[in-house]
Amino acid sequence: MPSKYLLFILTFLCTVLMLITFGTNVFNRPLNTVLGYIIVPFEQGISRAGGWLSNRSEELSQIRSLLDENAALKEQLAALTEENTLLQQDKYELNKLRQLVKLDEQYGEYHKVGARIISRDSGNWYSTFIIDKGSDDGLCEDMNVIAGGGLVGRITSVGPNWARVTSIICDNSNVSGMTLATEDNLIVSGNLQLMADGVITFSQLVDSKNAVAEGDKIVTSDISDKYLPNILIGYIHTINRDTNNLTKSGYLTPAVDFEHLGEVLVITDLKQQVIEE
Amino acid sequence: MLRKFIVTIFILVCFVLQCSVFGALSFAGIVPNLMIILTSAFGFMRGEKEGLIIGFFCGLLSDVFYGDILGFYALILMYIGFLNGKFSRIFYPEDIKLPIALITVSDLSYGIICYIMQFLLRGRLDFPYYLGRIILPETIYTIIVTLFLYPLILKTNERLEAREKRRAQKFV
Repeated sequence: MPSKYLLFILTFLCTVLMLITFGTNVFNRPLNTVLGYIIVPFEQGISRAGGWLSNRSEELSQIRSLLDENAALKEQLAALTEENTLLQQDKYELNKLRQLVKLDEQYGEYHKVGARIISRDSGNWYSTFIIDKGSDDGLCEDMNVIAGGGLVGRITSVGPNWARVTSIICDNSNVSGMTLATEDNLIVSGNLQLMADGVITFSQLVDSKNAVAEGDKIVTSDISDKYLPNILIGYIHTINRDTNNLTKSGYLTPAVDFEHLGEVLVITDLKQQVIEE
Repeated sequence: MLRKFIVTIFILVCFVLQCSVFGALSFAGIVPNLMIILTSAFGFMRGEKEGLIIGFFCGLLSDVFYGDILGFYALILMYIGFLNGKFSRIFYPEDIKLPIALITVSDLSYGIICYIMQFLLRGRLDFPYYLGRIILPETIYTIIVTLFLYPLILKTNERLEAREKRRAQKFV
């Protein structure tokens, strides 16, 4: 077959694929499965070998600093134990009060599964990565992913033994958040350009009382479709009034160190969806 | 048959390397684009048809794992492979200038197309920033990797071609 015809046929095929996958995900299932079984074992092997090597080199260089750190941590442990007992007392009291007002344990512990990152985006434009667990381990799309107490992103594609996580710093990602102290809603958007300085943007913050300040915690909001409430996103870095004089926008520093992510936790609880009839 | 097998291995290994090993070896968060090197190299070494087929599969692999829609990268890489194939008539294995130039131009145009389709259309207008921060560093890193990877591809291709020639002569 002359190459011109082949080019034409494949162009047509690609266009049709793009149109179909834009709305549905008919093809994702089989392709994800087949390629998952070919590619993922290699990636797991390489990431394990790489992890082992970097661990060895780090071990050697860090022994001295670890000794100092150990001493400091022991002191901290003593202080924290004391604090913990105090907090425990508070918790009993809180539980008692909760029972009194019959609150559900809405913000109780979520079920989590640990997963290892085995590869990152093949290009330089987005911040997505692949983890080594998939639908066989009970994961599915839209599950939230956290690490180090902060929100990393959510699962956007699932194969049997892998899943793709789109992070919140990804240029095309938006998260509905709120300030923890005042419960004002806002939109957090990833930004490739600003991520070089370690910040991402937020916008549409209605703060009529001027109560939100720099350094405030931002968590996922109650009204988000995909994200569970009250997961820490980051801290406000700078805050500016928009030219419309009604809303505010600015930068926030993510709580997660996206440069050095190795393991993440996937929350297997999904946000409750309202089924439209 | 052997050619198909070896090319498949090349694509898979390069993809896995690009996603894992080069992620760890990245300078300032930039990884080289091995898929472009493969597509482009097989394009100008073997002609339009092989270039476009290899480009298609390289792109499809990226699409499945990292793309939001299937077929986007496949389409771009397929055309890059096809256009590189146009240069197979003036390609000589001894000459290193043409391959380097072609791979550079291919990676630059790939970066610019990605920027236009995925960023410019969403209102990210600061082209100089993306050119300086993503597109140019990626191209430079890709060229450096090309200096090591390209001779390997070239040698493999020459071996395969010699083998195919021998087998063809047997049947005459």
